[in-house]
Amino acid sequence: MNVLVYLVPLALALGGLGLAGFLWAMKSGQFDDLEGAAWRAISDDDLPEEKDGKGRG
Amino acid sequence: MDLVVEGVHCGACISTIEKGLGREAGVRGARVNLASKRVTVEWDDGALEPAAILVRLSGLGYPAYPFAAAIADSVEAAEERRLLRCLGVAAFGAMNVMLISVALWSGAADARGWATRDFFHWLSAIVVLPTVAYAGRPFFDNAMRALRQATFNMDVPITIGVMLALLLSVVQTLQHARETYFDSAAMLLLFLLAGRFLDQRVRRKTRDVATNLAAIKAEKAIKLLEGGEARETPIEAVAPGDLVLVRAGERVAVDGIVEDGRSEVDQSLVTGETAAVAVAPGAMVYAGTLNMSGALRVRVSNAATGTLLDEVNALLDKAIEQRSSYVRLADRAARLYAPVVHLTALATFLGWIAAGLSWQPALVIAITVLIITCPCALGLAVPAVQVVAASAMFRRGVMLNSGDALERLAEVDTIVFDKTGTLTLPQPSLANSADIDPEDLALAGSLALASKHPLAKAVAAAAGAKNPLAAHEFPGQGVTVFHEGKRVKLGSAAYCKAEAEASEVAARWPDASLIAFRAPERAVVFAIRQAPRPDAREVVAGLAREGYAIEILSGDRPEAVEEVARELAIAHFSAGLKPADKIARLKTLRREGRRVLMVGDGLNDAPALASADVSISPISAAHLTQAQADAVFLRDRLAPVADALHLARKAKSLMVENLWLSVIYNLIAVPIAIAGYATPLIAALAMSGSSILVTLNALRARSAGARR
Repeated sequence: MNVLVYLVPLALALGGLGLAGFLWAMKSGQFDDLEGAAWRAISDDDLPEEKDGKGRG
Repeated sequence: MDLVVEGVHCGACISTIEKGLGREAGVRGARVNLASKRVTVEWDDGALEPAAILVRLSGLGYPAYPFAAAIADSVEAAEERRLLRCLGVAAFGAMNVMLISVALWSGAADARGWATRDFFHWLSAIVVLPTVAYAGRPFFDNAMRALRQATFNMDVPITIGVMLALLLSVVQTLQHARETYFDSAAMLLLFLLAGRFLDQRVRRKTRDVATNLAAIKAEKAIKLLEGGEARETPIEAVAPGDLVLVRAGERVAVDGIVEDGRSEVDQSLVTGETAAVAVAPGAMVYAGTLNMSGALRVRVSNAATGTLLDEVNALLDKAIEQRSSYVRLADRAARLYAPVVHLTALATFLGWIAAGLSWQPALVIAITVLIITCPCALGLAVPAVQVVAASAMFRRGVMLNSGDALERLAEVDTIVFDKTGTLTLPQPSLANSADIDPEDLALAGSLALASKHPLAKAVAAAAGAKNPLAAHEFPGQGVTVFHEGKRVKLGSAAYCKAEAEASEVAARWPDASLIAFRAPERAVVFAIRQAPRPDAREVVAGLAREGYAIEILSGDRPEAVEEVARELAIAHFSAGLKPADKIARLKTLRREGRRVLMVGDGLNDAPALASADVSISPISAAHLTQAQADAVFLRDRLAPVADALHLARKAKSLMVENLWLSVIYNLIAVPIAIAGYATPLIAALAMSGSSILVTLNALRARSAGARR
């Protein structure tokens, strides 16, 4: 049972990591436009032909 | 800068706009939000005029309108984010405590004695106590507020339940007991927060739509400055005492007194009256009326000095004051639920003591009763249906302004329509096209393009005219041109010398406005009237068949109303009504015990909309009116009104069904808890099972209204 000493904190830390990720995603506005995100995923605009890498389109 | 953009609906639009704007010099970046139909543009200060961005966007085919996010807007958004954050924390807590609980349930700890079990319990406490302290705040705050005001809401039993569950668990842990309810508390919060979040999301979405509409409809006025210079100004920047110019064919944007100019104004949006009213210097004009023939200079008046607007505002205030507050289904359920549950818990406690149990185990059993009845499914039952039904309505072109509108719509048994702009289309159209030679119509249409007069516009639209003639316009009379060696005219009957023909046509179309066309050898008179919406007849017939009582209350002339009523086969109608008369009629109906839906668009309908049980207005309605309506429908068809009623009825029955489902769940779970057999495992299964059940049931609201 001594293994619990490592495993339980590990489980909590992993869960906490997920929570931190969620809070970060929310803070950076990634849940603001779920419909748009669905379309952006299939957009071809980020293919390499554009040299200025700033295009977010 | 934030802009509302029209016509954005897919991925291609996103990249067109973002790339198109990105190429503009000085623009640092543009980001489209497809869900709220808005664009956020950032640019270097001074590099370009903000107006250039609007021009560029409309060049791309997307008309855009700047808007100032209202404070209420950001409050709603902040509340939504707060709930989402709490939801995330609750999900984290619930998942982790479940890991531990599964081990406990499967008996892993029992085999190794109480030390291991206690360790697991303490671990659960470490996870759950902070989680509840954070994620439970929306409920605790609400409950405190309610208690401080000596009222009661659903959050009070929730708070009591969660608090007792935690307290009991901590005490049990200290006493090395077998069972704790940390996991139940965390899961309860998770499900309830999900319901709360959905509820808030619906509210925010409707507010977003309302803000967008306001931005798109924002009116402008042409302000005349001291030196005689004319400048287009947003309506908010026009102050009383300013002089504004209203050109022919434009809507008057302000209330004021005519200083100069003669014209006719169409007041149909204000009074429902379709016949034009002549105005001359000294006359009062109202915002929302349409200037038909000549340019007017209008001195903006301070408050509305007109009798009509005063009357509307006074009536509106009174109607809002008298509006009985509707008690939502969920609140009604909560009021029934809490005393029953608390009394049951108390009875359980006393019962076990009477049966000879000592007070401590009796208390434990009583508290498990409270935990297991905590309104988990009850909290989801209504919001889940609301979300699904609201989005189904949205797809059919109806936008809800208020959350409980669904429930009120479902109870309607009487529908009262305004005529002008509601049963009829807001734009007038040609009525007697069958009697007119297509060649004349084509020529008249081309001629009509030269004029901004609304009647001329209707002729041009009916003819499908594209090529304007270089005609000369005599304001207030008509337009004329030499065409193929002949002088042709379009204008008033007097101007075209077509009085004889006009009286003939007037006899056939009593509610129409007339416009005449004269080629040298013959005269033609067009009857222009506001035709019923294309599907009005079927929709009205369909509603009547479903058992709704239907009535027209209009401010227009009796002849005009009678014509439409006959066309749509509506037996009950009243014409020439003032706003107060409409309210009086609604009051009578309500006193008879009817639930009234009022559908109207005019300024004169606003008080009536406010005093009906529930109200809908078309998107073309006057500002003030739309603000009163519980729902707004888009486009030219009337079908969305019927769809809204169908969907609302379906949604209501699903809500009731869901509430019953949670009652049934309680009927099964509570006896187990009272008997003292409830374990944390049973509580967990019952809670998640009932929550999933009501959510799945809510999804059925999606398919309603398809039967037509």
